[in-house]
Amino acid sequence: MTLSVDIAHRLGGFALDAAFEAGPGVTALFGPSGSGKTSIAKAIAGLLRPERGCITLDGEAMLDVAGGICVSPARRRIGVVFQDARLFPHLTVAQNIAFGERYAPPGAPGLEAAVIQRTLGIGALMARLPASLSGGEKQRVAIARALAMRPRLLLMDEPLAALDGPRKDEILPYLERLRDDGGVPIVYITHAVGEMARLADRIVVLRVGRVLRAGNMTDVLSDPAMVPLIGVREAGSVLIARVTEANSGGLSRLTISGGELRLPGIDARAGTSLRVRIMAQDVLISLSRPVGLSSRNVLPAVIEGVHRGDGPGVALSLRIGEDRLLARITAEAMDELGLAPGVACFAVLKATAVARADIGARQ
Amino acid sequence: MLDADARNAVLLSLQVSVVAVLCTLPLAIAVAWLLARRRFPGHSVLSALVHLPLVLPPVATGYLLLLTFGRSGWIGGALAEIGIVLAFRWTGAALAAGIMGFPLMVRAIRLSIEAVDPGLEEAAATLGAGRWAVFCRVTLPLIGPGVLAGAVLGFAKAMGEFGATITFVANIPGQTQTLPSAIYAFLQVPGGEGSALRLVIAALILSIGAVLVSEWLARRMAARIAA
Repeated sequence: MTLSVDIAHRLGGFALDAAFEAGPGVTALFGPSGSGKTSIAKAIAGLLRPERGCITLDGEAMLDVAGGICVSPARRRIGVVFQDARLFPHLTVAQNIAFGERYAPPGAPGLEAAVIQRTLGIGALMARLPASLSGGEKQRVAIARALAMRPRLLLMDEPLAALDGPRKDEILPYLERLRDDGGVPIVYITHAVGEMARLADRIVVLRVGRVLRAGNMTDVLSDPAMVPLIGVREAGSVLIARVTEANSGGLSRLTISGGELRLPGIDARAGTSLRVRIMAQDVLISLSRPVGLSSRNVLPAVIEGVHRGDGPGVALSLRIGEDRLLARITAEAMDELGLAPGVACFAVLKATAVARADIGARQ
Repeated sequence: MLDADARNAVLLSLQVSVVAVLCTLPLAIAVAWLLARRRFPGHSVLSALVHLPLVLPPVATGYLLLLTFGRSGWIGGALAEIGIVLAFRWTGAALAAGIMGFPLMVRAIRLSIEAVDPGLEEAAATLGAGRWAVFCRVTLPLIGPGVLAGAVLGFAKAMGEFGATITFVANIPGQTQTLPSAIYAFLQVPGGEGSALRLVIAALILSIGAVLVSEWLARRMAARIAA
């Protein structure tokens, strides 16, 4: 699956001019509000006709303004999950899900109804009306409804933005399962770095209607130059770790390409691969291997890149084996320690610094 | 309790009103949808035209109907050639009643369409439903109470319509004499007050009955689409 988007549109004083591609897996469109994410989503779904540009899905033109082509939303077969669920209030959950099934072309590839129900955990809700569902349940039903039409692409426009923290954490595992077992490519629109770190394979970073950066999730998130765009408190890199010794009550052991992590609160069996997001502000740097320190994680690293911003902080990317770790320290400390690209050092991370919500499943 | 003329008037009014509402309702829904969901040149002209019977004196509407749908009118003449005559017939009374009730129906239905979240219609479209399917499977079920309210208003207006009806189809007992025309006729003859009062009571019972039935239906519909 390849979705290719190259569109321009003006809306009041706002100019959108964005081009990117999305392939299999999850492509996250990331940007703050006002970056044009929702306009792009509407254009992909066919709910907004841009002034200029093309959108193709697997080589088939969905939009070609110059060529006079604009396929109607009904014929695009792009499943859309809206922020506000948009379940039909007069239909039960089962009827909502069945709504799009009749339009799916016979033999279209996709998940069976029973698999969708199981994947999203909605089997017990089928006879209910939307008004009686919680926010999280509504959103799971909305995802099921979009999947039941056997879409070529699942387009999710901030599906968790209207939910509170615990509801988000409730749905994220379902989305991970969908990514890993669903076989449907997903374009995931969000302004939440945490969701992106858990779900995305690729990231397209948007700012005021333009694409600033597109690339692999781990590369983009560990790029020190991205820190100002992602937000200094939100910036952090994602490491792929494999559980070697599970200990759900205490500290578990995980291996990464360049060493070992010890983290608490891991609910996975030994052998499972996980995504672990480590906030840049939680990483300390030491020139020598520290002794008499409480931190459980000390990893040998080499400084690879430095990004100095306008403020007192600096972002560093550290190479640890195959992985890259992002650290944020003060410029003063960097100068005092003489840190520069190529310098060998140790990255120090408190075991308790990694939040449970920042540990996610990986295929 | 009602004499033959009075009974005929009540039955004719019911017949005229039911036919008027059934025939104009689909058109009222279509116009209400156009006004609520589409922007096009002539939008405000259409809106003004729909509201015209509401602001024009009913007698003037009746006279305009006579001019256009009378035997020598430009539509009436054409219809007469294929054997359809409206002026001075009960069908003409239905036409007059339908036109007078039309703005009320459109208003009620338009308000209910505007209350439907367009996001739901967008969602239906992305699920593969074409425009007609979106309307039938999402919009129409959600505006059920509004359509019902419009139909009841139109029915009530049709039952009470007098000015346009008497101008267009006159007041012929057994043919075009509707309930209000009959009350008016009874009041014109000495000693007719008793019959007039009995008809007024019949009108009261019919109106209250219609309101009660529609309330009950509306509650059932609202319970189904409880948001």
